Amino acid sequence: MAADAEQATTAGRPATAGRPARRRGPAPVGHARQRNDRRLGYVLVAPVLVLLLAVTAYPLVFNLWNSFHYDNLTFANSPHNFVGLRNYRTALTTAGWLPSLERTLIFTAVTIVFDIVVGLALALMLHRKFRGRALLRAAVLISWAVPTVVSAMLWKTMFDPRTGFVDYFLGALHPAWSSLTWLNASVARSWVAIFVADSWKNIPFVAIILLAGLQVIPNEVYEAAKIDGANWWQSFRRVTLPLLKPALSVALIFRTLQALLVFDIIYVMTGGGPGTSTEVLAYLNFKYFIINTDFGVGGAMSIMLVVLALIVSAIYVRAFRPQAAR
Amino acid sequence: MTASAIGAPHAAPRRRRNTGKIIRETLFYLAVAIVVLISLFPFYWILRTSLLSNYQVSQGVGGANGVIPSHLSFSAWKNVFTQDGFLTPLRNSLIVALACTAVTVVVASMAGYALARLRIRGVALILGFILLAGFFPVLAMIGPLFLLMRHLGILDNIYPLIIIYTVYTLPISTWLLKNFFEQIPSELEDAALTDGATRLQALRKVVIPVAVPGVFTAAILSFILAWNDFAFAVAFLTSPDKFTAPLAITTFGESQFQVFYNLIDAAVVIISIPIALIVLFAQRRIVSGLTAGSFR
Repeated sequence: MAADAEQATTAGRPATAGRPARRRGPAPVGHARQRNDRRLGYVLVAPVLVLLLAVTAYPLVFNLWNSFHYDNLTFANSPHNFVGLRNYRTALTTAGWLPSLERTLIFTAVTIVFDIVVGLALALMLHRKFRGRALLRAAVLISWAVPTVVSAMLWKTMFDPRTGFVDYFLGALHPAWSSLTWLNASVARSWVAIFVADSWKNIPFVAIILLAGLQVIPNEVYEAAKIDGANWWQSFRRVTLPLLKPALSVALIFRTLQALLVFDIIYVMTGGGPGTSTEVLAYLNFKYFIINTDFGVGGAMSIMLVVLALIVSAIYVRAFRPQAAR
Repeated sequence: MTASAIGAPHAAPRRRRNTGKIIRETLFYLAVAIVVLISLFPFYWILRTSLLSNYQVSQGVGGANGVIPSHLSFSAWKNVFTQDGFLTPLRNSLIVALACTAVTVVVASMAGYALARLRIRGVALILGFILLAGFFPVLAMIGPLFLLMRHLGILDNIYPLIIIYTVYTLPISTWLLKNFFEQIPSELEDAALTDGATRLQALRKVVIPVAVPGVFTAAILSFILAWNDFAFAVAFLTSPDKFTAPLAITTFGESQFQVFYNLIDAAVVIISIPIALIVLFAQRRIVSGLTAGSFR
């Protein structure tokens, strides 16, 4: 930054004599200023670090401790003994963490592919200048900005056979479809409803990120491709997609982690049902913490969840680094 | 969605230019209409449902209660405030979201400025940690925070949420403001500094006024993120008069025999209104804030 230049200009001056406004002695110059700046910098950064460490690092360490100890509020008088890996064994066997992991991974894979493809199409639409573009952008943004709970309650209404429009319109196509029960009746239909609510809420986010990526691609690149005789598909494959890679990677990382940790929609729409068939990792973790008040097994699940999130982030960072460096 | 229509602007004309163009344009606008419909029709439907009487809801959709119902009633809108007391959760949400936004803006501005300008050591490390914190699994935080709050006797209390929600708001705001401060030409403060101002004076009198748009964007995003939380609220709040609005709407309208979606949907409409207004007035800011620095 301009510190060197700043030094040069300030050092030559007599320490700004005759300025009555200053109360705390002369303003530091040169190295003194740099040192003061740095000290001030740490003071200014401290609050953000303290707050974020308090809400992330503290729970992480506490979970790690709990995961090796017995801690269940239902039996609050039992001593919090060290139990070794027993909580992890419980989580992986009877508590159903593995089936839940499988569900979560399948849900994540399906949603991110769908979200990215549709989000890209939407971004291409928004990128074009046309009448009504502001309306389209507002419509898309609103479904992103409303609370996830609103999306969940809204689609719960829509999929309700008596109140929603889904069965009403389906019934117009085929009489047998006029009173389908979606949530908590059929496993497949529960997932469809969850999937719709999740996509409706999250595709706009993908579209906005990708739109920003499209906007930084210079028009000349397309001109050049056109001169070289590329048709639309060719210029999309060879120009748009490669140049969109940074934006795509951002959208992919965000969406993957959000999908791995999906909670609100599941809690509101199915509560994990029918049975336990829509219990994803985050929901299972919630159940162990708040409903079963078993902070040992819950802690073990949390640690595994954090490790999973870290592994996924590491894979993405590695996969996208070469492109970023180029 | 029709990918061919979307790509129309760059497509090279193959057949007769005009007919092809007209078809493509029609398909494009058709696709736009479909997207707008998918985004907004559900909102129309909840508005419609919220304006039905309990009797109409129990009748189901169809006949006089079709897409456009023949009769409207404001009973649900009245009941959601009187019988369900929705004002209290709305007030709780407003307090928490505004307070969290205020904390975020102050803390993130300070940190953003320091990270952009003050040449502290370990900037990359600090930024990396802040980013990582933004991805931290929220559900993994709930157990330990529950135990801590129980120990301190502050469960079922909205005020701790102000601090907890900063995990949503601080990462994006700090990054955004750091990028914003970097874009402000440093000559401005340098001039103030050579004139004998201290760093803090320069920050307060010169930098902050120029940074108002960035701070405003951070505030809008923070408010939306804090307003939208559900996970912490459902884990820590137990009595209805402490509920935040998103938590409250999930408990409305459930009677023993039937779910009264008109009540639920009136609440859903109400809770969406502030967000919709923010989006309408600050579209550009939100878009730029969401994407700022995400791949620079």
